[in-house]
Amino acid sequence: MAGKTLTRADLAEAVVKKVGLPRNESQDLVELVLSEISLNLARGDSVKLSSFGSFGIRQKGQRVGRNPKTGKEVPITPRKVLVFRPSNIMKDRINSGRMRRKAAE
Amino acid sequence: MIKSELIQKIASANPHLYHRDVERIVNVIFDEIVDALARGDRVELRGFGAFTVKHRAARQGRNPRTGSPVPVEEKFVPFFKTGKELRDRLNGDDGATNN
Repeated sequence: MAGKTLTRADLAEAVVKKVGLPRNESQDLVELVLSEISLNLARGDSVKLSSFGSFGIRQKGQRVGRNPKTGKEVPITPRKVLVFRPSNIMKDRINSGRMRRKAAE
Repeated sequence: MIKSELIQKIASANPHLYHRDVERIVNVIFDEIVDALARGDRVELRGFGAFTVKHRAARQGRNPRTGSPVPVEEKFVPFFKTGKELRDRLNGDDGATNN
């Protein structure tokens, strides 16, 4: 599975190719989409993107952790964590794509 | 926030673009992420998070109602890991401090 890693630049490139916008503007739009999503999540709102998936916030209570090096108990403070739930469409597209690739190997 | 609200936000920040084009732009971005994952790549968006795919081997499952064994096929499932900057922002830390 010699996969590449895509970054913001690759997403912007897809916008250039498929929508026909200039590269710098496409880069700004990719950034704006990500920052809008982040802003809503930071506010505590969930973000639901149909056919992609949903990002939600989960509140975690305080619990006891352990320093793995020293074995000492340390409290883990209450915190918010982000959870992503992929949509069924996303799961199906990824699973079938990967299975096809695997079969072709 | 749902997708149409996200599109609306982007559209009002870019009055020179047609609403229809903003819709396409947003869809292209998310489709590109899914396509990349489907073809075996990963997607890493610094400060936001990374999308990866994990493999789950075939296993023997169980029908919880009857208890009878059912085969579960192998599958590939998408995963998201929150980026450091976003994780800090969720907890009211705007990145001014380390850790």
